[in-house]
Amino acid sequence: MSVPRERIRNFSIIAHIDHGKSTLADRILEQTKSVALRDMENQLLDSMDLERERGITIKAHAVTLVYSAADGQDYVFNLIDTPGHVDFNYEVSRSLAACEGAVLVVDASQGIEAQTLANTYLAVDAGLEIVPVINKIDLPSAQPDRVRTEIEDVIGIPADEAPCISAKLGTNIDQVMEQIVKNVPPPQGDENAPLKALIFDSYYDAYKGVIIHVRLMDGQVHPGDTILMMSTGARFTVVECGYGRATGFEPSDGLSAGEVGYIAASIKAVKDARVGDTVTLADNPAKQALPGYRAVQPMVFCGIYPADGAHYSDLRDALEKLQLNDAALSFEPETSVALGFGFRCGFLGLLHMEIIQERLEREYNLDLVTTAPSVVYRITKTNGEVVFIDNPTNYPDPSLISMAEEPIADAHIYTPSEYVGNIMELCQERRGTFKNMNYIDTDRVDIHYELPLNEIIYDFFDALKSRTRGYASFDYELSGYKKSSLVKLDIMLNGEVVDALSFIIHSDKAYPRARKMAEKLAEKIPRQLFEIPIQACVGGRIIARETVRAMRKDVLAKCYGGDITRKKKLLEKQKEGKKRMRQLGTVEVPQEAFMSVLKLDE
Amino acid sequence: MNNAEPIGLYIHVPFCDGKCPYCDFYSLPADEETMDRYAERVAEEMGAFARKESHRVDTLYFGGGTPSLLGGKRLAYLIGKARECFGLQNAEITAEANPAKDLSGFFEELRAAGANRISIGLQSADEGELRLLGRRHTAMEAIKAVCDAQKAGFENISLDLMLAIQKQTPESLKRSIAFCVDAGIQHVSAYLLKVEPYTAYGRKKGELALPDEGEAADFYLLACAELEKHGFHQYEISNFAKPGFESRHNLKYWRCREYLGIGPAAHSFLNGKRFYYNRSLKGFLSGEPPVQDGEGGGFEEYAMLALRLTEGLTHEGCRARFGFGIPERIVRAAKLYEKGGLTVCNENGFHFTPKGFLVSNMLTSEILFAK
Repeated sequence: MSVPRERIRNFSIIAHIDHGKSTLADRILEQTKSVALRDMENQLLDSMDLERERGITIKAHAVTLVYSAADGQDYVFNLIDTPGHVDFNYEVSRSLAACEGAVLVVDASQGIEAQTLANTYLAVDAGLEIVPVINKIDLPSAQPDRVRTEIEDVIGIPADEAPCISAKLGTNIDQVMEQIVKNVPPPQGDENAPLKALIFDSYYDAYKGVIIHVRLMDGQVHPGDTILMMSTGARFTVVECGYGRATGFEPSDGLSAGEVGYIAASIKAVKDARVGDTVTLADNPAKQALPGYRAVQPMVFCGIYPADGAHYSDLRDALEKLQLNDAALSFEPETSVALGFGFRCGFLGLLHMEIIQERLEREYNLDLVTTAPSVVYRITKTNGEVVFIDNPTNYPDPSLISMAEEPIADAHIYTPSEYVGNIMELCQERRGTFKNMNYIDTDRVDIHYELPLNEIIYDFFDALKSRTRGYASFDYELSGYKKSSLVKLDIMLNGEVVDALSFIIHSDKAYPRARKMAEKLAEKIPRQLFEIPIQACVGGRIIARETVRAMRKDVLAKCYGGDITRKKKLLEKQKEGKKRMRQLGTVEVPQEAFMSVLKLDE
Repeated sequence: MNNAEPIGLYIHVPFCDGKCPYCDFYSLPADEETMDRYAERVAEEMGAFARKESHRVDTLYFGGGTPSLLGGKRLAYLIGKARECFGLQNAEITAEANPAKDLSGFFEELRAAGANRISIGLQSADEGELRLLGRRHTAMEAIKAVCDAQKAGFENISLDLMLAIQKQTPESLKRSIAFCVDAGIQHVSAYLLKVEPYTAYGRKKGELALPDEGEAADFYLLACAELEKHGFHQYEISNFAKPGFESRHNLKYWRCREYLGIGPAAHSFLNGKRFYYNRSLKGFLSGEPPVQDGEGGGFEEYAMLALRLTEGLTHEGCRARFGFGIPERIVRAAKLYEKGGLTVCNENGFHFTPKGFLVSNMLTSEILFAK
């Protein structure tokens, strides 16, 4: 595996979702004979089931390949796959920090989309060399020349050399490889300097403990070395290091500056191998940790509770394990009157939240109840104190608030021009402020809006999709806080506030939302033995009201001839059903109904 | 083995001269020969049980179906056989009858054989309602049947009424109850119509003009109040009696006592085990053994049945049977519903009110499975 550093190429592939990033990665693996054809499973790098199903890359992955170039030399390619979705900008940025170059894949029929631009800017900011590639030229609707012009005009990088490929059919992949050899600079660094290695990924292996993926900037590391994590001060002895090949680990006797590889060091504690940290040697430490990682800020919060309180510690273990692989996930214990013991979890965005929930349920077999998502509000109290509120339960009494501010996102929507009207209507409904609009070409526009983040987390993606028949793409970045007229909306069941159903909302939206919530609850809560008033209120004032009428008749009137089978079966069923009930105040609500009420979409 | 406590004996007579559109009890049309073979099989089964174990029986109940269709002779034969096998000392012996034809001879034969209780399927005293129910008798025929039974010497007569049926009004229900009162009978079973899936009613549910849930509930509460007013006190969800005339046999079911059921679709609870015969006359006639249905008599089952009764669940009853009083969480849960008028709690335990009986499925579950 060892080649001179001049023949190492560390690169990522960046693209808008569905532009063919993972397919290209697969083709590169194939061309470098990293995987026998018969072992190819489509989209090898997307190893999580969830990634394959959703067609997205969630986690960064790294694989070391050997490429025999046209110049007759062997090159080591370290391909670091990155997620494409806006929620995972952090993952993208830490992957990019381990690279010198980025292959930018653009769909020849769709051109530049929101995420193309967002990811390209991240790569440019990280000082990476961009290698543009125009994919899907096999499609009848492909317009490679037009896309080439778009890349030059919109992104502002030369694209005359950009290979026109079909990753699906394997057309012109060699051109991409040669471009990488030619245009991505080899890594710099001093292998005799103290070790500085960037952790860009890590995961828990049941046998080896935490395995960290690193990019060595300076120095060397060998089995037996004592390594030091610079941010935590934790020390470990390297048990094994080597290269991540497409088919598994390949141990080596060491890694040195410029290389990408893995280290296993019997690391057991989750907190000791933080992604983004710098690894150095304990007996010859680097003076300074590496910069370059964007601090991760959870933007969306929700409460996650085990459906069965007995699984609280299982949930904690699962979150700890997920956090190991996902530095962007934050969580801390919280209690809800309605839901018991659980965790307040922070996420990068809605997709990130859904993915974590899904992974908890699938990979850890947990049955969960999650509360409505919330953003982080900045509240200035009358005594001058400033607090950040991510949980409606902690929202201060209105009389103690002198100013409330909400997070604002700078949003770009790329769309065929025919949908501009629909999009503007949607953005207006979502309290957006129009900034400007630019034509990318004759019939595609970039609409720039300022949108409150809490409007985005409330099914904005779905609304956008349905109003543009899926043709628009969307990207946003948090731009700051803005003064806003916020209120806390509480839901009362049978006169008692159900903490898990409270949320913070703009005052203009409170009434329609309150009505919708009340209606949905009335529809979903089965009738019980007493009448259940459902009230939605703001600051003690009731703004919506529904009633679940009491059950009048539920009886097996006939129980004769000694046949009690039916009654017994019913009782068994009821007993099972009781287990899936949530106590909301004095009212019992089936788990399913509770979940559907918390899901805010239609 | 000899068991101290006498059991109940239920004999299911699976014959009817027609099928009422709401009924899902097991019954078939029958000819004389089949009825002979059936009676013989029942007698054999009794004999076989009696040879295997020795039980005393103090309640015998012929249910159906239409036991009266079997005729006085066959019933008398079976009563004789039961007496031979199980003693029948001081037994309550009931037969169900449908007012269809002249039953005076039938009642006399039955009385002579030792039967002392008759349960007649009146259902309604309103001719229009009877037609909509698909009953094949008139109210006049019913009153005649009651008179014939009384003439034959029966002093314990029950009438069945149905609640929340098509075209029923509060007034018509009151008239049906007045009919029972005037007939001088001792017992009324009044049950809410339930549309069962595999019945004619079930198949045309959408076309039935039935009262809605609230109206049905009101009919039930009206029946409870009216019957009470006339001295028929409620003792079970659907059963009302003059003092001392509660059905001893049916009380065994609800008090979780043991009984042996013979005949197709008949259920038994004996020696702690529940079992039943399949719903198949053919199977029964060919000697198919009953199907085992697991253990019975656990606390939840006991409590669920007890809560059908106005005597309710008592600490004393629980202690006698299980060695412990009603668990505290259950008492606590029962008290939650007292304010809403669904339960009545006292130092002995608790019981449901008519309003509570109306929602007893959910109420029982809420209380028994409270945390």
